Amino acid sequence: MTPQSSFMIVAAVRDGQLKDLRALLASMNNLPGHADPDNGLIPFGKFDRVHFARFVIIEARTAQEIREFGVTPRPWRPTLAFLGDIDGDMQTFFLELIERAEPGLKKIFSHCEGFSEEDQDLLGWMKANNINASATYVNWIGRTVRQIHEEAALHRSLSIYLQKTADDVGRENVRALRQKLLSYVEMEKYKGTLTLTPPEPTPPEWKMRNLLHMIGVPLILLLLSPLLLVIALIFALRLRMLERSDPELFIRPSREHLAELTVQEDQDVSNQYSVFGDVKPGVVRLLTFKFILLLTDYFARHVYNHGFLARIKTIHFARWVFMDNNHRVFFASNYDGSHESYMDDFINKVGWGLNLTFTNGVGYPTTQWIIKEGANREHAFKYTQRRHQIPTEVWYKAYPGLTAVDLARNSRIRQGVEIRQSNDAEIREWLSLI
Amino acid sequence: MKESSDFEFDDLQGLLRFGYGKLTDTSFMLLNIVNADLAKKWLETAPISSAITQDPPPDTALQIAFSVEGLRALGLEESVVEGFSDEFIVGMAGDESRSRRLGDVGNNAPQQWKWGGNAAQVPHVLLLLYATKGGITAWQKTIEGEYFSGAFQLLQELPTLYIGDIEPFGFPDSISQPTVDWMQRQSTDTHERDRYSNLLAPGEIVLGYRNEYGQYTARPLIDSRKDQLATVLPGAEDDPPLKDFGRNGTYLVLRQLSQDVPGFWQFLDKVSDHIPEKREQLAAAMVGRELDGTPLVPAHIPGISRKEYENDFTYDQDSKGNYCPLGAHVRRSNPRTGDLPTSACGPLDRLIKILGFGQRPDEDLIASSRFHRLLRRGRSYGPALAPKDAIKPQAPVAERGIQFICLVGNISRQFEFVQNAWTMNSKFDGVQNEKDPMLGNREPLMSGESTDHFNSPDPSGPRRTTCHLPQFVTTLGGGYFFMPGLRALKYISALPANRTGSPS
Repeated sequence: MTPQSSFMIVAAVRDGQLKDLRALLASMNNLPGHADPDNGLIPFGKFDRVHFARFVIIEARTAQEIREFGVTPRPWRPTLAFLGDIDGDMQTFFLELIERAEPGLKKIFSHCEGFSEEDQDLLGWMKANNINASATYVNWIGRTVRQIHEEAALHRSLSIYLQKTADDVGRENVRALRQKLLSYVEMEKYKGTLTLTPPEPTPPEWKMRNLLHMIGVPLILLLLSPLLLVIALIFALRLRMLERSDPELFIRPSREHLAELTVQEDQDVSNQYSVFGDVKPGVVRLLTFKFILLLTDYFARHVYNHGFLARIKTIHFARWVFMDNNHRVFFASNYDGSHESYMDDFINKVGWGLNLTFTNGVGYPTTQWIIKEGANREHAFKYTQRRHQIPTEVWYKAYPGLTAVDLARNSRIRQGVEIRQSNDAEIREWLSLI
Repeated sequence: MKESSDFEFDDLQGLLRFGYGKLTDTSFMLLNIVNADLAKKWLETAPISSAITQDPPPDTALQIAFSVEGLRALGLEESVVEGFSDEFIVGMAGDESRSRRLGDVGNNAPQQWKWGGNAAQVPHVLLLLYATKGGITAWQKTIEGEYFSGAFQLLQELPTLYIGDIEPFGFPDSISQPTVDWMQRQSTDTHERDRYSNLLAPGEIVLGYRNEYGQYTARPLIDSRKDQLATVLPGAEDDPPLKDFGRNGTYLVLRQLSQDVPGFWQFLDKVSDHIPEKREQLAAAMVGRELDGTPLVPAHIPGISRKEYENDFTYDQDSKGNYCPLGAHVRRSNPRTGDLPTSACGPLDRLIKILGFGQRPDEDLIASSRFHRLLRRGRSYGPALAPKDAIKPQAPVAERGIQFICLVGNISRQFEFVQNAWTMNSKFDGVQNEKDPMLGNREPLMSGESTDHFNSPDPSGPRRTTCHLPQFVTTLGGGYFFMPGLRALKYISALPANRTGSPS
């Protein structure tokens, strides 16, 4: 099994270079905000381990909101972020990236502080500017881009073949149908039109680290539990007080801002979401935020790693990243369906989770005991999440037209090819997927 | 507990409460305001029907709604206009991104619409006239009165024709309607009600009341200390010092949908090898009801007659679509799902479900239908054509279709969501390569993946696929309107002349 990892290279944009950089990034697109897979700067389509990638220029559009808390906004310079979700480790991916796209990367990064196009150690700079997420979510840990493409091809070809043969063989004759399909797959594999690469062995050091993390985090929490319980009580009361006294902001996003965002959306079945804002002032808020994200990360790694995040089955990848010395937070996700349905799904299915992870952000609607209310204040929530959203300059998805539900189904179809079902009901179930 | 007479039906336009089904003659007029003063004078005395029940029922009715340009033309201040939702202000065809979401691309693109396709073409006023058979011309005369011709320019009279209680393809129409819970007797708290219910909080349909989130939808509120005129308006329940311009009003979504009746039946006839039973079976699978309106899921409540059962069902027992295909039109338009995937027994089970465990991978994709309901008030147009005649090659060609109307409190969460996430979504509930078999455009995805299939699951084996569905329904026009309460109409008609800043 090949585990996934993520990277996020960030650097402030040089003064006066913002416009040029925007134009350069736009030249990578063939639709508003959507990368041409064969673009001349970074031909994403040529990499077989990139799931998603994006360039965002992070601007603090909502920086003034924190004034409501009596805090002066910290300065923020427009910052370029290049982030991606990949198969395997970051180090080897960076090398591959440089090998295939060095001139393009240099051209882009030359708009950033601390980068000179001529004599720069590109790898070193990229690594030095990479920041880690506090929490990441991967829809299906271990499912590689290659596997996704192979399984999609398998589904496509099986579906065409099944339609042709179903009536000849007889629709009720499921055993014979399965036999036909299995021989067909063998044949296609032999001809080389279908490939089903077996999974790579799981890297032992990753396995080790994962196990340590799985056991270690609860163990440490358990050891600290007497202390944590006391702190939790104080925190809970303090948070409740803050919830009652914190200013509630109810600011409608401008139509210009919305138009800038929606022009990039619904070009295909999936969309991207980048959001940036301030952490509410005070150490209680920050520590709560960090602790909740620690738990989020833990559950994403060890519990919600096979197709669903609580009741949500439409998120491919997501991450939470602290920036600006823990004063600000950046969230990015790749999801299926339109923005409105993504948000409605969130409110209706996992409003509690949304409240937990974002209640400590400036502008988030007032919560009760950090899980109630919040997102249920529909307008306040929808306004604030759109206000804090920032446009994505370039977005790449390796498998257009496929939703996370499609990917899970294709994997089940493949499983049916490799592991024989034991009874007719299971065969029928398998056939119904194709 | 409030009594039913407590609800301000006298301030509501009647369409919110009645479908005016007995008033079979209709005239839907699209108007532009050419003289705002005369328009306001006309409005002052216009006999707009309220939602009060009358005995005997009236034999005429008049309803009115305005586009944002119409409200501006009458002199509504921009600060009030800004209180409306963005969808309403920008308009149905005012933004390409919205058109893409609504499926108004390709043959449905606003550039090809007969009306409302660009900002200059958006009508100011929608006037809906209803009368008993043969009475519409006289009613029109009565209504127009003294100022009408000087006030308005008739852009178009949208065709309507009563062909019985069916839509042009031949299926009964408007069976599934929410029942507005006027007295707010049902809790909107998901802890008290996680199953599908047909009762709907009034705020989902009428502005100024609590919606299914227990919240008030944003709408224009006016400070009557700054605007004396606003004293005629009702107060805002959620913000008492302010007056509520939106209260008892609703958004009206109008779309002219052209239906290719011969095309539909001839295609079905062809793929059914000209066997009438097969043809009707496939048609029923696509619609999700038989030609007489009977739903396809088996009656699971013994003792309820098939007739009552028309609207008394959910798809809970048919999660795979073996009886009613997942992609069937009525299932897409109203999946009838509750807030939780299946009924939770006990708090532990509830917690397990909330945390997302114990589910099949294709389960719980579509939930909480209650936030996406539409009160439909459409009327058909074009000459009736029975299916048996429609399959003949010489079937009379005529413009047929439906003037689709729905009333909602939140255009984006209700109408646009249903259109985008449910009917036009080629991935709805995990389906493959299909959009709404009736309504869908057949535009392929960016990846080239086709969306012109229709799949019927078959419990005995692989599902049955119909390929290459032509487009049966084409959008010819549309717009977002606001249908004010009667006191808000008074406010509009009293707007001072000097405020009139006609934008055109």
